[in-house]
Amino acid sequence: MPFVRFIDRPTFRNPWAEFERIRQGLDELSRSYAEKGKGPRANVYPALNMYEEADRLIVTAELPGVKAADLDLSIEGETLTLQGKRDRRQSEAGVSYHRREIESGSFSRAIALPVKVDAEHVAARLADGILIITLMKASAVTPRQIHVTAE
Amino acid sequence: MSEQELKVQEKKAAQPGDETTKTETYFAPHVDIYETEREVTVVADMPGVTVDGVDLSLEDNILTIQGHRAPHGQPGRLVLEEYEVGHYLRRFTVAEVIDQEKIAATLADGVLTVRLPKAVPAQPRKIEVKLG
Repeated sequence: MPFVRFIDRPTFRNPWAEFERIRQGLDELSRSYAEKGKGPRANVYPALNMYEEADRLIVTAELPGVKAADLDLSIEGETLTLQGKRDRRQSEAGVSYHRREIESGSFSRAIALPVKVDAEHVAARLADGILIITLMKASAVTPRQIHVTAE
Repeated sequence: MSEQELKVQEKKAAQPGDETTKTETYFAPHVDIYETEREVTVVADMPGVTVDGVDLSLEDNILTIQGHRAPHGQPGRLVLEEYEVGHYLRRFTVAEVIDQEKIAATLADGVLTVRLPKAVPAQPRKIEVKLG
């Protein structure tokens, strides 16, 4: 007859403690992923960075191999649209490829701007494969300096 | 649309050979490598790199492509970050014998093209054997 000695049994454990441990583990895991990614990953080409200053927004993108003539920008309301293409290089005859990682093709991306911008004052510059778009905020959302006068 | 749509390609981090004192991010640029009878061409995407920032070397058949970006003083508050900015670094072992003197590189629109002309093999010399 088996002998059950109650004294050997583990002391009472909170059955939920195990769930709590798992949940904490998952939290940690998702946190480490978020740190590695450092923010949202773009699904649509090109990936954009956006900076905000008091009176303007600056949008940048890496567009290697894209010519300024092949790039179209437009603003409608608060949506900025980038369209363009990267041409495939003409390959000579008798060429054998060892690696082909660079893609060519067209792209189109629309992005909602966080603030209203003045569509009349937009500057875009494409140099060394980097596009920098400077959008001036609409005057209504530009912070105005208010002078405080002492009496 | 008949044309292919461009996709966002993930940037892969590259490791400089030695540990650096500065913690700078390096990415491996995407490349195309193709070969003709006369030369090997390496095309690398290095947006943001200017001519001064490119460092090329061919040592012991290892081609090192390095692109340094000037620190970008983008002012303001970052509200959206979908890509990271870093330098570029990639190494290749070149199987062909390259004429080092004639290596040429061009940089346009953030794309580096390196042409590595193959060394012309010495012409085989015919040795006549005369009847003695």
